[in-house]
Order: sequence, then structure tokens, then C-alpha cells
Amino acid sequence: MKTIFDHGAQGPAGGLFRELDVPRTGVDRRLEPGLLRRTAPRIPDLSEPTVARHYTALSKRNYGVDDGIYPLGSCTMKYNPKVNEDIAGLPGFANLHPSADPDLAQGVLAFLYELSDLLGGIAGLPGVSLQPVAGAHGELTGMFLFRRYFEARRQGRRRRILLPDSAHGTNPASAAVAGFEVAQVRSDRAGRIDLAALDAELDDTVAGIMLTVPNTLGLFEERILEVTEKVHRAGGLCYFDGANLNAYLGRARAGDMGADVFHFNLHKTLATPHGGGGPGAGPIAVSEQLVPYLPVPRIERDGERFRWGWDHPHSIGSVHSFYGNVLVALKAYAYLLELGDEGLRAVSEGAVLNANYLQERLKRTYKLPHDRLCKHEFVLSGEDLPHGLTTLDVAKRLIDCGVHPPTIYFPLIVREALMIEPTETEGKEGLDRFAEAMERIAAEAHAHPELLREAPHRTPVRRLDQTRAAKIPVLTYPFEKAAAATG
Amino acid sequence: MTYPVGYRYTKDHEWTAETGEGIRVGITDHAQHELGDIVFVELPTVGNAVRKGQVLATVESVKAVGDVLAPFDATVVQVNRALEAAPETINRSPHDEGWIAVLRPAATGALDGLLDAAAYEQFLAEG
Amino acid sequence: MRYLPRSEADRRAMLASIGLSSADELFADIPQAVAQAYRPLHLRAHSEQELVAKLSGLAARNTASGMTCFAGGGIYDHYIPSLVRHILSRSEFYTAYTPYQPEISQGTLTAMFEFQTFVCELTGMEIANASLYDGATAAAEAALMAERLNPRGKIAVASSLFAHVRRVLDTYCWAARVEIVELPHLPSGACDLAAVSPDVSAVILQSPNAFGVIEPLENVKARIGDALLIVAVNPLSLGVLAPPGAFGADIVIGEGQPLGLPMAFGGPLLGLFAARKEHLRHMPGRIAGRTLDAEGKPGYTMAAQTREQHIRRERATSNICTNSALCALAATVYLASLGADGLRRVAEANLEKAHYLADRIFALDGFEPAFSGLFFNEFVVRVPGDAQALHQAMRDAGFLIDPPSLLAKHGVDTAVRVAVTERRTREEMDRFAEMLGGAG
Repeated sequence: MKTIFDHGAQGPAGGLFRELDVPRTGVDRRLEPGLLRRTAPRIPDLSEPTVARHYTALSKRNYGVDDGIYPLGSCTMKYNPKVNEDIAGLPGFANLHPSADPDLAQGVLAFLYELSDLLGGIAGLPGVSLQPVAGAHGELTGMFLFRRYFEARRQGRRRRILLPDSAHGTNPASAAVAGFEVAQVRSDRAGRIDLAALDAELDDTVAGIMLTVPNTLGLFEERILEVTEKVHRAGGLCYFDGANLNAYLGRARAGDMGADVFHFNLHKTLATPHGGGGPGAGPIAVSEQLVPYLPVPRIERDGERFRWGWDHPHSIGSVHSFYGNVLVALKAYAYLLELGDEGLRAVSEGAVLNANYLQERLKRTYKLPHDRLCKHEFVLSGEDLPHGLTTLDVAKRLIDCGVHPPTIYFPLIVREALMIEPTETEGKEGLDRFAEAMERIAAEAHAHPELLREAPHRTPVRRLDQTRAAKIPVLTYPFEKAAAATG
Repeated sequence: MTYPVGYRYTKDHEWTAETGEGIRVGITDHAQHELGDIVFVELPTVGNAVRKGQVLATVESVKAVGDVLAPFDATVVQVNRALEAAPETINRSPHDEGWIAVLRPAATGALDGLLDAAAYEQFLAEG
Repeated sequence: MRYLPRSEADRRAMLASIGLSSADELFADIPQAVAQAYRPLHLRAHSEQELVAKLSGLAARNTASGMTCFAGGGIYDHYIPSLVRHILSRSEFYTAYTPYQPEISQGTLTAMFEFQTFVCELTGMEIANASLYDGATAAAEAALMAERLNPRGKIAVASSLFAHVRRVLDTYCWAARVEIVELPHLPSGACDLAAVSPDVSAVILQSPNAFGVIEPLENVKARIGDALLIVAVNPLSLGVLAPPGAFGADIVIGEGQPLGLPMAFGGPLLGLFAARKEHLRHMPGRIAGRTLDAEGKPGYTMAAQTREQHIRRERATSNICTNSALCALAATVYLASLGADGLRRVAEANLEKAHYLADRIFALDGFEPAFSGLFFNEFVVRVPGDAQALHQAMRDAGFLIDPPSLLAKHGVDTAVRVAVTERRTREEMDRFAEMLGGAG
């Protein structure tokens, strides 16, 4: 696969920018020579058709939600409505400088305020900040709030955050970056928090717990009220990771389950595009007692007008340059307006029904560690695969079937895990096709294991050598090597 | 793979072997197998003191990071520099050429309480 | 609901296959008390037509978007080539997930590899990641990385970092229990390094800084002992300015918005992060690397993943997962569209135009340069009379400039900051200077 550096040099294309309409004095007369670049950066000068073809060719070596099912557990890869893209491109939103006076930006402030209201309503919590720009960023912000809360109460000894052993990696990472120590709490055989283990950990050094609801096995923690109550009684706070909100959208609220902080992943539940790894958005909703510590600036309403409020002396400060990922928030706002209350319920119903339909069918050919009604995702195990085959081999063979593999090797508490989340935007036909592919692969595993072991066969590149990538890091284009090869 | 009989083992999959200069430490065949192809080893600094249970070294594979924990309070007297250029030695020869460090224990009886080969193999079987 | 592809017949067939008669049974595991506490939003569903009308109405109320922009402070009104938007609107790029399955993500991964290379070329550094959230969190991550490499519990920071960058740095350093020592500025506007104490992990400078002044980086590294040198940049300025890598910087960070991203009311943005090769293991963020496939063909994959949260969890170099990948793609296509020649031209245009306007303004009675240092495309003007009133008057004339309160945060009063990009015409600049003179 060619990189942009492999197209030779065509010479300056020009034609983009107007000719200079002021007298040219010369850069070297305005600045000292020591401040100027001596060598040009090695960015190739190419004609527009060459550049257009190059990136178009790259796009065809990708797989997006518009290409087919994307059953990645914990990612909620649902359809991204196109009208939301158009709305975010309106110049009235896109060409707006963040330091513009609020009365020159009342439209954007109005929607940010309304969105905050709606998100607070979904979470069942009164305080909202749109500043965090990713789920992990929301987690970090939540952890900062915990720190400030206990600092204000002179309880700095509360330095531990409890996490279930099924937690997503960002949870302990965020807690650690925020200055906490992490302690794991076991799950019981049914995949729920072991209440005895929890009791053993709850003392006055605990700041709180980070939970994902439903958990990363796709199972709803039925004793959730007991769990949050125990933590509160021990003087701690409860953080809810909202990555799995799709499972109960329109039916339950984190605030009613005892959450003190809840984060949204707008690029999951609220259908904003994943972009190959962002930009996303991870706004948080918080309980009344944490409101004083929320980031600044905050949107404030004064009758029919909106403005920024900075006068919050107990705030943790800011976690983003400005107001969060505004254009991403705009797409989520549009999505909520598209759904309405009825739509929210239809989303969770579709998501959970689709997941259970697949689970029921696939448990006949794959091991299902927890055989009960799941929520929006479920976890299979590749433990029983014959011939020493692994979940990785199944995933690579699925690629040959034109399907993006599910999440693999997560959660860590299931060996050879395969986590499947179809989302509600998949029809029965698509689900059946996915199930057939999985069943075909299960049969191949017995009769033709080499098909899995050497998969994928039909992609532009075959299975990539990860060991070599790790041992011999080549992280930028090797200009010298390329020159030597041609030179 | 048989586990060398003269060695003592921990439940964190480290092995220890007494030598003239001190106690040699590494990770077991089970550990290297779980990690997969090892691509990097972060060695301790000679002369540093470590406490029991502290991270002595880290072993990185493509998909995971394994902590090598100090089995007892000690000072580091030697490290296996060859692992810097050839970390895969641990995969190839985990109990021999893939040794990681030599430690001088802070107190006698450092190996008491560690498992012998038979007990370690039993522990793995229960796994 | 438009986005649910299912017929009633399918729905009933699926329920039957699970042995359920009603969909409500799927939610029996939600505790009664919680289910009953749920309150609807009182939100009705909008059709696409209604939605477009409503949101277009909101867009029209953002009058700043139609004004002539001389605001800056890290976010600038640059010209974006059309090709950028077209490539970004390909759904294979924008609806794709993070490239954890590299064989079907060569598009995303190749673009990441190109982006990393471009960042290194611009900054003069050896390795770069595939983006962080924005320039402010990039500064925070740089501070945390410096503390990992050089644990001192203290970091020196120029007072001339953008206020919004400093705010985020303050929050992250408070959490990490790292003390910030502020370095004042000189009359030139450059950072006063005489005050750097030997016990800091790093020194963070910004160039051009919040006053628009280019920091002279020659010999800075030699003056700060074994502290790391971290420099925050405007990547577009590196089309003409010497890169920090050439002066021995250890980490280079920046806000990538000028490279093909709309101003977007401040988000999404693009955090740039580059470092020395030997510090790879301590670098946060995703990185794409080149390797070979099973047939010996070159391909790209995520490299050095053991730094990241999905493997190292609480010992990860950062908690970052989702970053700003699509924005990095925009920057990549932007730079490829311009080429080195185009980048040099646009950087020169910014510099020439800004100096043209500065000359006009400083010729006006009572308007003086607030600092003597050399600048790129942004400068601070000391004004006669009330800066706030002047800001208001310019606003009324249709010109957008940063509020004077931003400068007040740096202790600079009775002044305004002016940014000029290649989009500003001579007519606009002449009118701007005229208005300023009339209002001052």
C-alpha cells in the first residue's frame, strides 16, 4: 500500500491561495535568520488528482458501519444519521470562533444548554458538563471531582477506587491519572459483583467505586441499589461508566441507581461517528453535591439569553481548551431530537432484542459462559475451539466473510472472550448472515483449521506481524531507506 | 516442560535459584507462554534495593505486560544485559539463559515459603 | 423510527426464538424501584425536515460566524481546501472504528502513519503519536510524561502559554501533585528563563506565545540543566519558523486546528504530540507502525500498545482511548493538498499580512506594540483609552477580535490582540485599521 510519500514529486501544485495582495517585504527581513527554517519539511508537492486518488484508495481499505455489521462489544457501532453530518457542517456552527462574545453565539449556546438539560434528564442527575471529549476524559473528570469533593471535606486519606475485575481498561487508568490507587473487586460465578468481597474492601480509605452498568459481560447488576448503598454508607461515591447506556436508554436512569457521576459516550449511544478513533465526546452528569466542583466555564441562562459563567470558586478548573467537542455534541443533540421519548425506548428494545436473538442462536455452536438473558451485548468464549485455535483465529476468519469481528480478549474475566454487540440498527437479515458466518467458521475450525489459522486470506494485507512491529518500531516514513532504494 | 527441581517458585510465576553470587531470578515457562512473543524487558538497576512484592522488572510482549515481582527483600547485584538486545531469549530458554537478575537477600531464609518444583506444577494444574 | 431496520413480523419471530411473548420481559432484570423512577424527557420525535429547519434557525443566530475574524489565541480562521471535506465525508473513514483489526483498517492506519510523519517533519522530532484531544491536554500529557521521566514534583511553565492551555495544565498538575512554578515574561514578550530553578522536571514554553511573540529557542536547552524542554507550537507557523526539534526540544506539543479544521466554536480540535525516539515507551496516545504481513508485504498496525490503557490499565502512560483521529486525517489531507511549497506560501502570507496590518496600526496615534519581540501572525497592541470599549466598537463594525479579558489574565491591560491569516484581504485590513483609529 503506497503512502503519500511514495508518489514521487510532481512539483508545487499551487492554485489554492490568492496571490499576496500586500507588498511583499520578505520573511527574512521581518525575522532574524536564526528563527527561520533552513530545510523544508518533507511533505510531497503533488497535484490534486494524485492526492484525491491516494486517499480514496485508502478509504477502500477500511470498513465502516456503512459497509456492514460491526458487532464490537462495548462500542455500540450503530448507524450514524447523515443529516447530523450536514447540520454540523453549517457555517453558522463551523465558522464560529470560541472567543466570540456570547451574544454573538446565542444559537450554539442555546443548543448546548438544551443538550445539557436532556442529558441530565437521561441520567437522572442535575449537574452536567459537556467539556470532556471522550469517555476516558469523562472518567478522568469524574475522578477529579471525587478528589475535590474529599479534599473539601478533609478526607484526603480516601485514596482508593474500587473496580470490578471486568472493568474496561480506561477505568483504572483514569483513576490512576487522577492520583488514586485502584483495588479490584471479584465477580461471582454469575458475573455480578461479589458483595462479600465488596464489604471486605469498604473502609475509610475508599473514595468510591467505578461501575459499568450493565457490566462488560452484558449483564445487568440486579443488586445495583445494594452496591451503591453500601458504598455510600461507607462514605464513598459511585461513578457509572455509561458506555453501555444503549441497554436501558429510555427505561432507567443512573441517578436512580445511586450514581454520583455518570458519563455518556456520544460516539456510542448517541450515534455520532467514530471517525477511526475520534473525535468523540464524553459529557458527565453529576449529583447535587458534586455540582460546585464541575469544570468552568458553565452555560448559564438569564431569561431567554445564555452566557458563560466563570464564578465558581470550588470548580476543578478546566479539562479542555474551550467547551468540549461542540460539533460532536451538535450531532448528538440532533439525534435526540430525531428519537424523542418513544425513540429512546425503541433503541434499547432493538438493541437488547438483537443481542438475545444472536446469543440464543450462537450458543449452540460456541461456549456461552453465562447463559441467561443478556442486555445489549453478550460474551462467548473460544475456549472450546479444536486444534488449539483461538478467538483471534475466529476473528481473522470473520474478516474473510466480509464482517468486522466482535471485540476480542475483553472482558479479561472470560478466557478467549468474544464480545458481541449488534446494536439496534441491524435488521434480522443482517443478524442471520452474521450468525451463519460464525456457524460456518465453527465448522471450518473442526474440518479445516488452517483456514482460520492463516486468515484473513482475502484482504489487501494478510495477517500482520505484531511481534515485528513491537520489536522494530517504524513509526515514521523511512525517507533515507526509500531514497537508498531508488537512488 | 519440566520445572528444574533445584529451583524454588512463586505463585506469581517467578523462579529462583541459588548461585555463588546470590539468588538468580526469572519467569517460568508458564509465564512466558502466557505472555507470547516477548519484545522488551525493563531491567532493574544494579545496586538498587527492592522490597518483597515490589516490581523488580517488567517483561513486555505484543499483547501484555508482565510484572516480575521481587520474591523477598533484596539488593540487585547483577542483571542480564543480553536481554536488552535479545528479549526473546526468555521465550526460548526461560529457566536458563533467560534469567533476569541476581539478588542478594536482605535476610536469611529468603526462599522459605516458596514452592518447590512439584508444588509449583501442582499449583499450575489446579489453575 | 428511521434507523431501526425491522418489520413487526421479524420482531415477533425474534421474540419467539428466545421464548418470550413481549419485549418488556427483556427488561425484567432492571430493579422495579429503578424502572418505576424513570421520567421521560417530554421530547417528541422530529422529522428530518423539521430538524434541519430548527437547527438552521439556531445556526443563523450565531452572528459571529458572519463577521470578519481577527480573533486568534490558538484557533484561527484559515482557508480549508475543498478536497479535505470530500475525503472526510467518505463513510469508510468517518464511520470506521479504532483500527484494532489492522487487516481491514489499512486506510485509517496508513493515514495515521502519514500524519505522524508530517508532525515529525514539521516539528523536527523523531516520533509522534496519532493525536490527542487538543493542544491543552497535550500540554498536560507532556507535563505528566516529564514527571515520569524526571520525577521532581515541580515543573516550570512560561506565563505566556495561552490561558486556556494553562487552565487545563493547572487541573492535571493539581491531580498529579505536581507544583507549577511560573516563569515571567520580559519586555520583549519572551519568557524570562533566568528564574528557572534546577529542581524542575521540565520547562514548558509556547512559540509563538500568547502575545504572538516567537520565543528565541537557541541555547535554551543548555540553560535549563537536566530539565526537559517542552515547546508548544502553532504547526502552521512551522512552514517558515525553525522547528523546536532543531533546538534540542525533548517534547513538542501543539494545537493542530490551523491545519484544515474549522474553528467549530472550539471543538473538535487536534492535539499534537512529538518526542525523542528513546522516550517511546513513555509517550501517551496511539501510534501506528509499519510491519510486514504473512506474505512479506508491508502493512500498518497499532504499535507499542503495551503503553496503552487496554493492556497496562492503571500503569498505562495515559488513560486516553478515543482521541481525534478524523481531525488528524483532515490535517493529513490538508498538508498533502498543500505540499511543502503550499505550506511555506500560506505561512508566508500569514506573516506578511500580519506585519502589513501591524505597520498600519502602529502608525496610528496612541497605538503601540505592547512587546518588542518578533511575531508570526498575531500581535498585541497597546491602545489609547478603554480596551473593552474598543473591542465593542470593532464588534459593532463587524470585526471579531479576542476579548481584552484574555490578555488581562496575563497582566496585560489596555491592549488588544490581533491575528491575521491568509483569509484577510487588504480591503478588510485597511478598514480594520481605519475603524481602530476612529474608535481609539
